[in-house]
Amino acid sequence: MNIFKSLKRNKVAMVGFGILFLLVIIAIFGPYLYDGSPWKMVQRPFLPPFQDSKFPLGTDTLGRDVLAGLIHGARISLLVGLISTAIALLIGIPLGAYAGYYGGWVDEVLMRFTEIFQTVPSFALAVVLVAIFEPTVYSITGAIAIVSWPPVARLVRGEFLSLRSQEYVLAAKLNGQTNRNIILKEILPNSLSPIIVLASLMVASAILLESSLSFLGLGDPEIMSWGYMIGAAKTVLRQAWWLSFIPGVAIAVTVLSLNLLGEGLNEALNPKLSGNREN
Amino acid sequence: MKPLLKVENLSIRLPKGGDREFAIRNVNYNLMPGELLCVVGESGSGKSMTANAIMGLLPKVIEVDQGAVIFDDCDLISLEENRARDLRGNRISMIFQEPMTALNPLMRVEDQISEVFLIHTDMPASERQKRTLALLEDVGLPDPKKMLRAYPHQLSGGQRQRVMIAMALALEPSILIADEPTTALDVTTQAQILKLVKELQKKHNTAVMFITHDFGVVAEIADRVVVMEKGEMVELGKSDDVLNNPQHDYTKKLIAAVPPLAAPLREVKEHLEPPILSVKNLCKTYSTGGSWFSKARIVKAADDVSFELHRGETLGLVGESGSGKSTVSRCVVRLLESDSGQIILGGSEIQSLGAKELSPFRKRIQMVFQDPYASLNPRKTIGKIIADGPIAQGMSPKAALEKAAELLELVELPKAAIDRYPHEFSGGQRQRIGIARALAHDPEILVADEAISALDVSVQAQILDLIETLKKRLNLAVLFVVHDLRVAAQVCDRVIVMQTGKIVEIGETSQVFEAPAHEYTKGLIASIPGANWRSGNVEATPTELAEALA
Repeated sequence: MNIFKSLKRNKVAMVGFGILFLLVIIAIFGPYLYDGSPWKMVQRPFLPPFQDSKFPLGTDTLGRDVLAGLIHGARISLLVGLISTAIALLIGIPLGAYAGYYGGWVDEVLMRFTEIFQTVPSFALAVVLVAIFEPTVYSITGAIAIVSWPPVARLVRGEFLSLRSQEYVLAAKLNGQTNRNIILKEILPNSLSPIIVLASLMVASAILLESSLSFLGLGDPEIMSWGYMIGAAKTVLRQAWWLSFIPGVAIAVTVLSLNLLGEGLNEALNPKLSGNREN
Repeated sequence: MKPLLKVENLSIRLPKGGDREFAIRNVNYNLMPGELLCVVGESGSGKSMTANAIMGLLPKVIEVDQGAVIFDDCDLISLEENRARDLRGNRISMIFQEPMTALNPLMRVEDQISEVFLIHTDMPASERQKRTLALLEDVGLPDPKKMLRAYPHQLSGGQRQRVMIAMALALEPSILIADEPTTALDVTTQAQILKLVKELQKKHNTAVMFITHDFGVVAEIADRVVVMEKGEMVELGKSDDVLNNPQHDYTKKLIAAVPPLAAPLREVKEHLEPPILSVKNLCKTYSTGGSWFSKARIVKAADDVSFELHRGETLGLVGESGSGKSTVSRCVVRLLESDSGQIILGGSEIQSLGAKELSPFRKRIQMVFQDPYASLNPRKTIGKIIADGPIAQGMSPKAALEKAAELLELVELPKAAIDRYPHEFSGGQRQRIGIARALAHDPEILVADEAISALDVSVQAQILDLIETLKKRLNLAVLFVVHDLRVAAQVCDRVIVMQTGKIVEIGETSQVFEAPAHEYTKGLIASIPGANWRSGNVEATPTELAEALA
């Protein structure tokens, strides 16, 4: 099974992949290539886009370069998205795996614990967490991870529940393999596909969550992010709509590309769907 | 007599990239009024394709290349969809393999059946109810009045299949197509359903096209037989002629691979050594559905089960589904925890051992699983799959891989298989890999849990032969869990017959088959389809069968 081969055949997913790739390049190298701080006041405030060739996207309420903000914001959005998703996976996968594999009271305890997090509205919880720990990029990433792991645990548990009674798992038990080995080497590799798909969608929702927090003024004040830009421009929406619109488009495009990629991965990793594609 | 249905030169093309160009090719046969025609073949032979084409059930990617199916002077293939649908519902109906999923779980039996009348006729409600009740009586369901109000989950598999048949016969079709309708059923239920189909066919003079893989079923009910091989029709003839005097080589092969029912004469072995495995008073109960408000349903899956197994012996564990035979085999290898009793393996009690103490005993008793597709981890190479066990027991990875290569040779697979993945192998080959994995520990006991029931009959014979050879060479004790009594008769030295968790009979195979002592055993043996065909003392052993196939 070659994931990349079947992904390549899916044009929509490749578009998503392409945009994302471009964003990552911008996030990594942009700040070095495009000279200019997102905080420095460089021109008159409210300069509309495409007026001054030095500042193609214009300036904001304080005369700061919007394009510079966009480029620096890409870095923070992607970083927060990826790292919080990674943390959420690190919490969710082991929890779900233990619950699904052992069942019984282990399952009961872990799932009730998961439900506690699921019953609290995730955005409200994130707001509270960030407010308690002071808004820094670390606390924001941590808060997003804490509100987004329960679906991972649920998914992994379901996969493990159905796979643990497969005959190859029984055979591994008969072989005298340890439970750890069975979980890591027999079951986990076979349940990776849905996890990868979910993870790609989680990155998208983490980016949205980070933007929403920044919009509410709960972003890291030291760091320029897309959500912060929209938040700062919300009072002048009628005079200078582009200040909200431009970072808004950036968020939308990023989330869209992740969704497209996620859907493409789902088809590529699901043998039934990728089989249909051949016909 | 004019044939009711004519299949003329029908070819159906498979999509590109399939394993062959045509699903079926140039198939020609007629269905006469009131006859029962069996279409028989192995999996992938295209035996269901014609029926699916008739019923308009072909997947979208598969198209009819050429040919026609003439019914009532119309070609069902080229007929306009609306007209064809009319004919299909009213005049031709179909029943399927899986009675569990073919009924809507949210509808009562009455509503499901009367829906047929509602759609195809303009009968008033009272008339519909009367006809529905009559149908239920017709298909021999107990207490039909009560049955009307039942939901599908309240019925057994056999009863559901009867409801399906009632629905199919509701409009008194001239043709009934049955696609493996008894494959999912137990042998005694199968016997009842076959009898019912035959009776109804006589009573209503319906033509039946019966698709099956089982030559026993053919012998039981068919008037004429069509044999399919890889999409080609290889033989067509009267049932007696085809079964007893097959003309085509493939038919001969298939029939030779059907194990004869009588047990071959075996010398009764004197066992001087103590048994390698003895199971004493094993009990296992399942309880389901219990909560604070309702009592749990308790099922005794193993009830005071005791037996002994010697080296070099094959002990069969036979019974219908729910008899507890799989539970016993899984308790014996300690995949399931039994409630009480003793399992003594080579002198040591292992029933109560904890996970740590059990570990050294694991390798002495190994299992071959039923489903060749689910029993191998799809993400591991064959070498890894076989070598993992010995590695877990402390062998060095290099030595374990060398051993895996030897084992592959032992189960007659090419050494090159070691670096390949399970999906590259056929069902039979996978089962060989499963056997190699079990043998990697040099076990003394091999438990085969329905190890051949998912395989085609010709492949079955080869795997049986392999197990027999290995048993002799390695002096293994084999516990053979099997529902197919024909297979049990051929390979087992002794058999245990189980019913609802209890052992009802245990004895030498020939004695159990020739003079069964218990009523239940008698019933089981009498239910085997085609019991009168290939029943005499046909002498072929699995070895000879495999030779005949080679």
